[in-house]
Amino acid sequence: MNLILLAVIFLGAIGAIGATVLYFVSQAFHVEEDPRIGRIQDILPAANCGGCGYPGCAGFAGACVKAEVLDELFCPVGGSETMNKVAGILGKTVREKIPMIAVVRCNGNCENRLRTNYYDGTSNCAISSSLYGGDTGCSYGCLGHGDCVDACSFDAIHINPETLLPEVDEGKCTSCGACVKACPKQLIQLRKKGIKSRRIYVGCMNKDKGVIARKSCNVACIACSKCQKVCPFEAITIEDNLASINDDRCRLCRKCVDECPTSAIVELNFPLKKEKPLIVEEDPISII
Amino acid sequence: MLKTFRIGGIHPPENKLSGHKAIENIPLPAQAIVFLSQHIGVPAVPVVEKGDQVRVGTLLAKSGGFVSSNIHSPVSGKIFKIDSVADSSGYKRPAVLINVEGDVWEDTIDRTDTLKKECHFSSKEILEKIAVAGIVGMGGATFPTQVKLLPPPGTKAEVLIINGVECEPYLTSDHALMLEKGEEIMVGISILMKAVLVDRAIIGIENNKKDALELFEKLSRNYPGITVQSLKVQYPQGGEKQLIDALIRRQVPGGKLPVAVGAIVQNVATAYAVYEAVQKNKPLIERVVTITGKKLGKPCNVRARIGTPVGELIDYAGGMPDGTAKIILGGPMMGKALTGTEIPVGKGSSGVLLIPSPEAQRKEMRNCIRCAKCVSACPMGLIPSYLMSLMEFNELKLAAKNAITDCIECGSCSYICPANRPLLDYIRLGKGKVIKK
Amino acid sequence: MLKQLIVSPSPHIHSGDSIEKKMYGVFVALIPAFLVSLLYFGLGALIVTAVSIASCVLFEFLIQKFLIKGKITIFDGSAILTGLLLAFNLPSNLPVWIVVIGASVAIGIGKMSFGGLGNNIFNPALVGRVFLLISFPAQMTTWPEPGFFPVTYADATTGATTLAMMKAHFGVLPSFVSMTLGKMGGSLGEVSAIALILGFVYMLWKKIITWHIPVSIVGTVFIFFTIVISAHTGEFAVKFPLYQVFSGGLLLGAIFMATDYVTSPMSKKGMLIYGFGIGILTSVIRRYGSYPEGVSFAVLIMNALTPLINTYFKPKRFGEVVKNG
Repeated sequence: MNLILLAVIFLGAIGAIGATVLYFVSQAFHVEEDPRIGRIQDILPAANCGGCGYPGCAGFAGACVKAEVLDELFCPVGGSETMNKVAGILGKTVREKIPMIAVVRCNGNCENRLRTNYYDGTSNCAISSSLYGGDTGCSYGCLGHGDCVDACSFDAIHINPETLLPEVDEGKCTSCGACVKACPKQLIQLRKKGIKSRRIYVGCMNKDKGVIARKSCNVACIACSKCQKVCPFEAITIEDNLASINDDRCRLCRKCVDECPTSAIVELNFPLKKEKPLIVEEDPISII
Repeated sequence: MLKTFRIGGIHPPENKLSGHKAIENIPLPAQAIVFLSQHIGVPAVPVVEKGDQVRVGTLLAKSGGFVSSNIHSPVSGKIFKIDSVADSSGYKRPAVLINVEGDVWEDTIDRTDTLKKECHFSSKEILEKIAVAGIVGMGGATFPTQVKLLPPPGTKAEVLIINGVECEPYLTSDHALMLEKGEEIMVGISILMKAVLVDRAIIGIENNKKDALELFEKLSRNYPGITVQSLKVQYPQGGEKQLIDALIRRQVPGGKLPVAVGAIVQNVATAYAVYEAVQKNKPLIERVVTITGKKLGKPCNVRARIGTPVGELIDYAGGMPDGTAKIILGGPMMGKALTGTEIPVGKGSSGVLLIPSPEAQRKEMRNCIRCAKCVSACPMGLIPSYLMSLMEFNELKLAAKNAITDCIECGSCSYICPANRPLLDYIRLGKGKVIKK
Repeated sequence: MLKQLIVSPSPHIHSGDSIEKKMYGVFVALIPAFLVSLLYFGLGALIVTAVSIASCVLFEFLIQKFLIKGKITIFDGSAILTGLLLAFNLPSNLPVWIVVIGASVAIGIGKMSFGGLGNNIFNPALVGRVFLLISFPAQMTTWPEPGFFPVTYADATTGATTLAMMKAHFGVLPSFVSMTLGKMGGSLGEVSAIALILGFVYMLWKKIITWHIPVSIVGTVFIFFTIVISAHTGEFAVKFPLYQVFSGGLLLGAIFMATDYVTSPMSKKGMLIYGFGIGILTSVIRRYGSYPEGVSFAVLIMNALTPLINTYFKPKRFGEVVKNG
């Protein structure tokens, strides 16, 4: 009995001393933090992806509180909704941002872009691209080792095992831009999500001359400028043997898609065309 | 007494199949592909146009900056086009394509074989001649020689080190050249000594080239100031920093040039090219290339013009053997795997190596067992396994702190790893990223 | 005609070395010690070894197949080696079910819970052995008297180890010759110094390990006991320190357990410090602790310090510190 009592008293005393020490230490080292930082952090998606340009959500919350105007700050994951809430807490206003999404500008799947050699090094795009142009004739195209997949914190991009190309999951992509930075070939771009998620873009980054580009890939942009001519909104420019569509100007009329001789222009989420079913069948990427 | 470097090193099988074979002249190609960037630094700027007639030795492109080099026509004929062509990296780079017609040389070039010993040029004139001839480091690094010979202000060279090590397995081009052109190399070395204003030169030769060692011992008696040192057969004995350590027991600090410890290193092939440039007015338009491979019919050393497609070299050496899975331009440890046989020989291509199928494939990567074989193999005293895991998590700061940029990319770590881990792949990637930052 | 060429970054050749070669190299080095244990402990040694290896491999297979659902690597030799080393650290009359428990702890907790080969902090075989030592102290510290290929053991012949005798100052110590040959009580793999040293020489020759760790451990223990005993008795002592080196699990531990790649430091300097630490800890436990033997604990404690040693004792970099000239 005595022994038990002794143990209880002894442990109790240790506990009491520890608690007192902890209390005073926490008083001495107390840091005054703006309570709004915590409230903003609660709203933020807590993905810590760094898409905003700050180290994690806490850093972004701090920046929001400090900032005079919120126009330069944007959480790509939470989008406008989150930013409006943040602005509400801080009593500031934010500009409406247009939702963006990542698109992969390469369409050279295994059939369109034949393999010319066999890569046996580490399966990593950065390593492969610093070694050589890649295992196909196109030195601009996707290498398919999935650095973008590794970079994505939202499980929103995956390599399709059939085409060996990355595909963006529209429901999950938050346009944080991690994959854009990860791709050593600069194939991924953030583009406007578009009305009903409809988008048109040139699915090619090949800057070789048309003949050479076409030789290595069936769906390469050959810079024939047909799309440029047909576009009623002057949305298409051709530079370095490569067409690109300005998504600010593009009105999604799809004229360029029909015009492109190599099916290099990709349309996403459009209803199937009834009058010209042939083209749809020829163009495997428009079937979603 | 055999000397060697003090840290790390490995002993891969030598496989010098073409050793002791005389240098053969290879027929001219039908078309020569001459890249405008066969050196480290700025690409050369073309001075010819499509349709121009050129002779052997005509300037095709002139140096595009301080660290750059002239490019001369290795053949005579008509310029077919100047265009972007895929080089050994698969990326398209500007090149001059020449359709070969006959073999007409520029008149200024002395094509005789007579040895010309006396050199009356001043240091500055020699450097000028080297620059004009477009000479680059022929051991593989292809750094423009005239730049390397010019120590940055505030430093002074004390000794010239001549690299006759050829520590890469399979390669024998330097060995063949040393046996055949010993006198010329000695004259080249004296010219180089004059150019960098030193009175001492050491030729380092690995002990597996006994005949070359003997020859140079004998020759060096007539050239005061030049000594020959036999070195232990160990990879990477021919690494610049390792060679300096082995020969003069000084270690170049990380991030510094060899001249920081008073040494300037040149390859024997470069010394020979310098001889030809200074004494014979001959620009760098051809080089000795080893064509080798375990299954190749006739491994040999050939004198090939720059721009000769690798495929023609292989055909000359008995044709592509069945089951060839990899073609390497350079040695097996540091060379580049090619995507096709149309890639031409460049100024830094010391060999063409064919590797048959099972050997060419990498084995499956396993978990690191921390056996520290890579640590004891690394000639720079790094911890490759640690650096690789840092790079897997993109820890650039820590990698930089652990001297990832000291890596000389010799490949010893990947070679030795029992778990087949691609250590160098990641370290090279990290090195690039850290330097960029 | 050529098909597609293979392209990969340099180097393009490989030494041909592999994890299997390393593991089976150690395996070969352990054969002499195993033969000696067969000779002295007979069937019991065979049963304990077989059960230990089989259950280590089985547990690794089960965990990889059903828990991790990953690649099965039971043939890389590491599980077999763990099993063999665990058996070497057990008495040959240990009940089979205890051996199985030891194997499950060695593989399950010591190795797979950290992520399998290469990721474990502690030597798996020692984790298993120490677990058994603490859980079943009676069975783990009763050793049969060595015989000549005995098939069964009579209970009465269990004897104490040399170390226990030295610690308690009782009994007649075995002669030096019989100690080096292994004719003494002990775990089945640790008894014969000659067989273990033979294995050491083989591993040095095959470049599986370097001399640094074993020599620094044995050297530290020898010097420690020489100093302590000499100070105690007032005269220069050699015999007692030598007995310390050749008895118990010191040689087995120094040559085969402490040198485990995964759990030992990477630089030469680190290896020497690690070996010194094991030597000191072993000596202190043997001399002042309540256990007669301390190698297992010493190795495990230094295993835990290995990452720290790796951080602070990196190899000398080229061009760093070295005096030029």
